[in-house]
Formats: sequence, structure tokens, C-alpha cells
Amino acid sequence: MALDTRATNSTTGSARRRPRADRKWTRRNIVLLTVGTVLGLLTIFPLLWMVSGAFKPEDEIWNMSLLPSSPTLDNFIYVFTEVPFLRYMFNSFFVSAVVTVAALLFHSMAAYALARLKFRGRETIFMVIFSTLLVSLPVVLIPTFVVVRTLGLLDSYAGLIIPMIFNAFGIFLLRQFYLGLPDELEEAAMIDGAGYWRIFWNVVLPLSKPILSALAVFFFLANWNSFIWPLTITANPDLRVVQVGIATFQQQYAANWNYVLAAATVAAAPTLLMFFFFQKQIVASIKTSGIK
Amino acid sequence: MSERTQQDLAGQGTTVRRGPPQSPRGGGTRAAPPRGKSSNARSREKRERRAALLFLLPDSLGLFTFVFIPMVLAIALGFFSMDGFGNLSFIGVDNFIRMANDPQFWQSVRVTLVYLFVLVPAIFVVALALALLVQQKFPGVGAVRSALFAPYVISLVVVGLIWQFMLSDRVGVISRMLAPFGLQDVSWLGNPQLTLGTIIFICVWFQMGYYMIIFLAGLQDIPAEYYEAARIDGTTAWQRLTRITLPLLGPTSFFVLITATIAVITGGFDLIYIMTGGGPAGATSLLIFYIYEQAFLFGEYGYAAAIGSTLIVVLMLWSLLLFKLTRGGRVNDGS
Repeated sequence: MALDTRATNSTTGSARRRPRADRKWTRRNIVLLTVGTVLGLLTIFPLLWMVSGAFKPEDEIWNMSLLPSSPTLDNFIYVFTEVPFLRYMFNSFFVSAVVTVAALLFHSMAAYALARLKFRGRETIFMVIFSTLLVSLPVVLIPTFVVVRTLGLLDSYAGLIIPMIFNAFGIFLLRQFYLGLPDELEEAAMIDGAGYWRIFWNVVLPLSKPILSALAVFFFLANWNSFIWPLTITANPDLRVVQVGIATFQQQYAANWNYVLAAATVAAAPTLLMFFFFQKQIVASIKTSGIK
Repeated sequence: MSERTQQDLAGQGTTVRRGPPQSPRGGGTRAAPPRGKSSNARSREKRERRAALLFLLPDSLGLFTFVFIPMVLAIALGFFSMDGFGNLSFIGVDNFIRMANDPQFWQSVRVTLVYLFVLVPAIFVVALALALLVQQKFPGVGAVRSALFAPYVISLVVVGLIWQFMLSDRVGVISRMLAPFGLQDVSWLGNPQLTLGTIIFICVWFQMGYYMIIFLAGLQDIPAEYYEAARIDGTTAWQRLTRITLPLLGPTSFFVLITATIAVITGGFDLIYIMTGGGPAGATSLLIFYIYEQAFLFGEYGYAAAIGSTLIVVLMLWSLLLFKLTRGGRVNDGS
């Protein structure tokens, strides 16, 4: 957290020394802008190419022009009518939203205990949690599958949601954040006779809005984009999430790239929109996931 | 839960992060003197402990069931053979012997190592270079940053589809663009010698924005005064990079190297699944994909678990090492 404030300080500091250096059309700025623009365009070219292909009719799909000469919505209409794409989107949305809300609540509770309460064994518990931080799902895919099957959660929303809630990453980040909060607020609440739950709910949670919103965006994106878990535990087409949906769609319509690209565009649109509107939160969550 | 409680009892106590230096005994209330606790303080201590355990309960149960048990199970399953119905029979180290004699397993190990040792440094260099670029102030730098980061928010499934389309043999946009250089007939996903390189390139494109942001945060932490002073001393930009920036980026670099290593070992599945299916001729059969294939395509759960357990042991050792080196996730940056 110190990272963010310090970053802002140094930025404003140097801006004060050289007022609005970034606005001047010096040769340095023009060179930097050119290099930056070229690299930026090369980077997003594949995304533009996907969107452009989604609007091209079938006979135009291999054209080299970025702008379709006769743009059409037929591909999208086809995707939504041939396969239950809305259903896939709903499934993804539902699973991602529930996982995000539950994860934020449970992780902030655990992190609060680990950061603000004192009890024997706290460091040991934290270390056990930390040691699982880097063991990610694909590596324990088979045993997790076995556990979920034993619990009878295969092919269900519960199976899609519950195992995805728990990861050490969120606890770790929130704990780092709570460690940096000042003691005084809690102590004042304690003197007022508030219990731990009320302190957590009325004092700590409101203070953690910035990091919670950053994590919310991050969790939602991660779950919207997740593929291997839903692929492994669902067979029922009604439970298909959007990533599995487009992968299956592609296997069926491999030759019809215009349809596949339209499906891919629909699947990517929410994430791109989220990126557009919540850029700050995404960047903040990455920065806090870093070192501090 | 009982396991956790036992760990509680065996545990050592409190952190050293907050408050004045104190004895390593846990349990003391924040303001209480270390010795001769009043009964009041002791009851608060008890309440605090109970509250803490309740706060930890949901995540502890969840992590225990869906992370901890699978981790233990992962190692245990390797000693069993399991059919599609979940019936286990103990077969000792047979799976591990089979692993040692399985040329496809060794092929996967080789592919994974090449992937790892090319991709991690490539991401490191590209992300650092981009961070150095977008750290500068120039008009439109915000838009450039966003563009460089944008691929990271797309799912790997979509990424795989886009690149498969662009890399279509002969007719794809990449082949057509490279035609003037005589490269139109190159099959970027079909030639076993090129496929892994193509996948690595796509991974760099996908992940560079993420690590760029992390490097950027690290760069912004370096006090501007150092650069001012160096400039006054008449240093070149290259000297400032190698003498100030790189050394002071130590903790960030360490973090990037470790997380990228883990991410590329465990990641990559989605791309391989969508784009190559491990082919051609096993050229992109990453371990993580090979494990999946053995389990869910061939029903060899026990054997797949044995391979997985080897990977888990390596990852856990790596995590523990990271924990020790960073003193609980806080990299020693000299402060």
C-alpha cells in the first residue's frame, strides 16, 4: 500500500520540477510517442483483427483489410441463434459474481483475523496458507476433481462455484492491506464496546473499499476467463460457461471463422469493457499483488 | 479443523510487523504489559482468540477441503491406480517406475523446460523494456500503457482462437504479411520445430502487460533524486540503467522471476488445449497438458496423479523457499 502513495508522490514531485514536460512537443516526446504508438498498435492488432473478422461475411474473412467492406451482424445473429450463447453468458456471469462476492467476504474475514487479532498460532496458520499460494488449480486438478466428485458436486453450479472461492492469494493481499491500517480506529470502537464482528463490519470493511473493489474486478475477470475447471467438471450443456462454450463452438464450426470470431468477440466483450471502465482498479490490484 | 487447532497450539505467536518490539510470545493484548496479566486481560485474550478462529473458519474449511486435501491427495493418488469410477487399488511405486520409462513423459519434461527457460527470460526482458518506455512522460503515454496491457484481460481461450485464425497456413494474415520476406509457406503451428516458439511468442504478448505494470510500480519506487544526482554527475542513460535502475529493481525482479516461473509451469494449458493439443508430434506437450491428457482423455488418473505429485513437490519447495526468502511475502528491500 505504501507503494501507491509513494508512486504518486514521486510522480507529482518530478512534475513539479519540470512543469508539464509531457505536454511539450520536444523531439524526445515525438520519438517516444512514435515508438509507443507503434508498439501499442502492434499489441492490440490481434484484438482489432478479431473484432473486424466478426463483422466480415464469410467470403471476406481472408481479406487483408482491417475494415470489412460490407460489415454484417449475421455472424452474431448466427452465434446467438445456433447455440445457447446467452445461457453460457448467464452461467459465466452467475458463477463469477457469486465466487467474487463470497471470496471477498471470506478472505477479508480471514485476513482481518490474521492481521488484526492476536492469538497463538497465527503465524503458523498464515504460513500454511502462504505455502498453498503458488500451487494453482491446474496442478492439483485431478485430486480436486476427486474431492469434488466425492462430495457429489460434479456437473452442478455448486461444483463450479465453491472450489473457486478459496485461494490464498486474496487472503494474502487483504492481510497486507490490513496490516497497514492504523490501530486507533479499532481501539476507539473497542472502547465504545463494539465486538470484533462489528469492528470488522463497520470499521475495517468500509476502510478497505479501494482494495476490495480492485480485488472484485480481478476475481470477476479471472473467473469469467477460467476454462480448465469448468471444462473438467461439467458435461451438462446447460451448465456450460462461456469459455467452454466458445471452445466447443470452435470444434464444431472450425471452418467458419467468421462465426468463431463473432463468438470470441462476444466472450471477450465483457472483459474488454471491464478493462475500459475499471482500468484503475485492475492496475491497482496488480500493483498490490506485487512485492509490498 | 482439529489439525489447524493443533497447529495453533504448537504455533509460536505474534508477528513483529506492528507495535513496539516485543517478546515472541503470542496472546498479549496490544497495550497490556507482558507479565502479570489481569484476569480481565486474560478473558479478552480468550475472546480475541475465539473471534479469530471464527473469522478464519469459512476460509479454513474451504482451503482445507479444496486446496489442502487435494495437495495431500495428489501425492497419495500417485501410489494408486484408479479407474473412471473412482475405485482405487494400491500399486506402490509402479506409476513412478512407469513415469521414468515413459518417453512421452520425458518429452513433456523437455518441452516444459525449454518453454520455461525461454519464456521467463523473454517475459522479463520485454516487460522491463516496456516499463522503461511507459515510465517516461510523453503525450498519450496512458493510452500506450493501456494498449500494451489490453491482451491480458482477454481469456486464453479467446487468445488461442485469435492467433489460430491469424496463423492459418498461407491464407492467414501473418503468412500474408510475411509473404514479401518469402515466409508465406511457413507453418507456424504445424512445423514441430516452430510451434513451441510460436506459443512462447503468444505467451509473451499475452503476459507482458501484467509484468510491465509490476515493473512500473517498482520503477516508480526509485527516488527521482538518484537520477537527478546521476545526471548532474554527467552519466549516460545506459549507466543510469545499469548502475541505478537495475540494482534498485532487485526485489521486483526477484518477484517477477519467481511468479513468472510458477505461472508458466502451471499456465499454458488453455492455449495448448485450444491451439495445438500438444502437437505436432508432442512438440508442445507441456507437463500440465500431458497430465490432463493422461487423466481425462485416457482415464489414467493414478498415473497422471503421479506426474502431478512430482510437480507439486517441486512447487511446494519453491513456495517455502519464497516464504523464507521474503519473510512472509515481504521482500527485503533494505528498509
